[in-house]
Amino acid sequence: MEGTTVLGRLTWQPADATGVVAETPRAKTIAFDVPGWAGHRAGQHLDVRLTAEDGYQAERSYSIASAPDGTRIELTVVRIADGEVSPYLTDDLHPGDQIELRGPVGGYFVWEPPLGGPLLLVAGGSGVAPLMAMIRLRAAAGSDVDTRLLLSSRGWNDIIYREELERLNGNGLTVVHTLTMSQPPGWAGYARRVDAEMLAEVGPSPAERPLVYICGPTPFVEAAAQALVHLGHQPEAIKTERFGPTGS
Amino acid sequence: MDELMLDGNAVAGMLTEVFAVEMTTAIVTCGNCGTSGAVGAMHVFRGAGIVMRCPNCDNAVAKIVIDGTRMWMNFTGMQTLEITR
Repeated sequence: MEGTTVLGRLTWQPADATGVVAETPRAKTIAFDVPGWAGHRAGQHLDVRLTAEDGYQAERSYSIASAPDGTRIELTVVRIADGEVSPYLTDDLHPGDQIELRGPVGGYFVWEPPLGGPLLLVAGGSGVAPLMAMIRLRAAAGSDVDTRLLLSSRGWNDIIYREELERLNGNGLTVVHTLTMSQPPGWAGYARRVDAEMLAEVGPSPAERPLVYICGPTPFVEAAAQALVHLGHQPEAIKTERFGPTGS
Repeated sequence: MDELMLDGNAVAGMLTEVFAVEMTTAIVTCGNCGTSGAVGAMHVFRGAGIVMRCPNCDNAVAKIVIDGTRMWMNFTGMQTLEITR
């Protein structure tokens, strides 16, 4: 159905916050019920719009972190100290509050079980959100497709979805962390920024023709994508979603 | 490298205000170098407006400006925009 669905013009619709969960000191996952939600595909995002009392409006895009599940969706939001939207979502939004959103949008950065694998998922910080939707869908569908997740976080307590990823690890899913700024005592894993050597160790080889999805801050995505091309992966097989400068 | 650079994914919502089909998988052929690629793979820069650039040659394939209830879309930098209907 990729590319063939007539969507109609996209309109803003109300979404009711139903739950808020702290993922890390800076990141929260907010669950919404969106009446009439048409469903989404793993990897898609949506636009959030907030309107102030004086009519001023601010919009931001967020990836959908949850697997398709009726009218329920989850967004994982990292608080940006001087942000216009994220501090409201992480600090002031409570169950029962309503915001506006439109979506889902984007059919490019999408994975679904029929696309197969192997999969190489590379995330910087909250860039793991759309990749988590893929991992959750993979688990819900009972897929055992070879999937490697390389997740770069600042420190152990900054790893988003850490416990859920520990539970899902196995059955063809391999989760590898790199902790770039601080490591717990006895840490034996990677402790540097993602580079070509790390990607070669973690990922399927270019000969296995993995489908690659990279999401994170723009400098992170650029570095990872260039390293993968340098290793011999086909540029067409590498899909990227860049956040811009924030969220690292 | 520009830290503010985004992907075509970032303008998917805006494009879907206008086009009634999925746009990030639409294929752009650059009017400068002739390279084809998905909208989702284009480089996007946000300023007063939005500029979508070819990842191969940096040519501005699309420029979009929104002002209140009006929207200007300039596609003179692309040869074709191929949409699956």
